Amino acid sequence: MARIKLPTVLRPHVGGSAVVEVEGRTVGEVFTALVERYPSLEPQLGGDGGLPVFVNVFLDDEDIRYLDGLDTPVDDDAEITILPAVAGG
Amino acid sequence: MSTSTLDLAASLRAWGVIRTPLVRLREIEPSGVAIYAKCEWQQPTGSVKDRVAAAMVARAVADGALPPGARLVEASSGNTGIALARLAVMTGHPFTVVVPENVTAERIQLLTAFGAEVVFSPAEEGSNGAVRLAERLAADEGWVLLHQYENPANVDAHAVTTGPEIVEELERVDAFVACLGTGGTLMGVGRALRDVWPEVRVVAAEPPVGETIAGLRTLADGYVPPIFDPTALDGRLLVRLGDALAMLRRLVRTEGLPVGPSSGAAVHAALRVAERLPAGSVVVTVLPDGLERYLSTRVLELDAEEAGGLTLW
Repeated sequence: MARIKLPTVLRPHVGGSAVVEVEGRTVGEVFTALVERYPSLEPQLGGDGGLPVFVNVFLDDEDIRYLDGLDTPVDDDAEITILPAVAGG
Repeated sequence: MSTSTLDLAASLRAWGVIRTPLVRLREIEPSGVAIYAKCEWQQPTGSVKDRVAAAMVARAVADGALPPGARLVEASSGNTGIALARLAVMTGHPFTVVVPENVTAERIQLLTAFGAEVVFSPAEEGSNGAVRLAERLAADEGWVLLHQYENPANVDAHAVTTGPEIVEELERVDAFVACLGTGGTLMGVGRALRDVWPEVRVVAAEPPVGETIAGLRTLADGYVPPIFDPTALDGRLLVRLGDALAMLRRLVRTEGLPVGPSSGAAVHAALRVAERLPAGSVVVTVLPDGLERYLSTRVLELDAEEAGGLTLW
């Protein structure tokens, strides 16, 4: 089961948890299972329109945009981190 | 002077921006792969942002966007503000800087030392909140916002100086790794390196600040700098605060490099990239600022949880 680490802004949608665990063979399947369980997350994650530019998803420490996107395979012990886009400098 | 005839590199030199040393991290690099790092803490105000500030001011003056005596305003987590504060003194412009209220004391002291007016934005809104407030002040007061997140001169500064400096010193570069703040370093150096080595991998080190940001109402409140083009990257690595701080200690205590936490993040990511490359490869990264700017935070002693509430870059 993949562990999904959620940013503060998304935690109210899952009852306050920082981490939730869901099944899925790819990042896309994990997200589908996630929004089935917590439907109010769906618009935050872009619905069916793919990953919005202001959402960053890391599988372990790698941005999935530079892997296979939502088709990126997920191991059972994978950690998926969702982060908002934040500027620095 | 029009933008087309502006010699940006010459302007940077004229305002004291230096060609920084490129040092090899022999104690940290993996066997068979070299890691080199640009020592940006040696710039006039101690960070890579001296390049960016000088390029933005030079371009604004050349374009007529910054009339003599006009007030400058900028949002910054510190380094860009300090660099601009120095430029404002040198060019005779008053300057207002918007910073998140949790930036380190040294940064505020440096800003006020250069005569800048400091306006604070809420800590929990991070740099995003500082940007919004600076935009509002510029619109309401008619001040000149250089806007490092949107200003192509931020990218050009690195395309005409940092990048070419690396090209002139090394025979080959297989990967370039830098922290993602505005995207200026990654976009500009990446452009310069690809001109010479089209196959070079450009990889962003994602700083962990997003983990502590609480002020966003939705993910859509996040901010992607307009100058940042995600398609110009080949990868993006998330760096945990604990890993950045551990690497910071190694840089200070095994390489003798007095650098700040973002340098720890950059080198942690550079090492991850280097470990996947074949023998003989060369990785280059940037050490954005120095350790002294963070001494009040006791950053060398903190664990990740204690440091989590600080704006470390």
